[in-house]
Amino acid sequence: MTRVHDRGGWPGAGPVDKSEHELSWWEKRTDAMMVLLQSPDKRVIRVDEMRRAIESMDPAAYEKCKYYERWLTALETLMIEKGILTREEIDRKVKELDGRR
Amino acid sequence: MTPRFKPGDAVRVRAGSPPGHFRTPGYIQGKTGQVARLHGAYKNPETLAYGGDGLPKQCLYLVRFDQAAVWTRYGGAPRDSLLIDIFEHWLEPA
Repeated sequence: MTRVHDRGGWPGAGPVDKSEHELSWWEKRTDAMMVLLQSPDKRVIRVDEMRRAIESMDPAAYEKCKYYERWLTALETLMIEKGILTREEIDRKVKELDGRR
Repeated sequence: MTPRFKPGDAVRVRAGSPPGHFRTPGYIQGKTGQVARLHGAYKNPETLAYGGDGLPKQCLYLVRFDQAAVWTRYGGAPRDSLLIDIFEHWLEPA
């Protein structure tokens, strides 16, 4: 079975979008969090775990998400899986930050 | 760890989609190429991906494929090749 991330040679996939964009603060923060969690002295997450977490996203959600949104989804998945954060804690924080806007 | 293949050996990539994480792209499965280099032995990403220790280490090879043999209706130069890192347990003698 072809999986959503394994798309080399998909017919009709079209050319690769190589356009660049200015990174926003949340994209940079997502990158920073992932780098810290993977750093050799912490090693909370392995790169292979992150890839697996991205690959296991729902295919429709995967297609809709931007690059760093996939990273963020993987971060949440792994933090919950490892018992570091709970879904409720993440949701509560999101709500709290939403209220600050 | 004794490598099963050496540079120059013809190898075929195993086909299939085992459950779980693997790093052998679908488009190269079942294709035949030639070992270009042995990179060394590395922890297995298929178990690292689930929090495992990745042991025993697996030999990782750089394998060269003719682009024309990989893609039907390949439009590039006939000598174009594709180089991919592939773990030993994904390879069989061809």
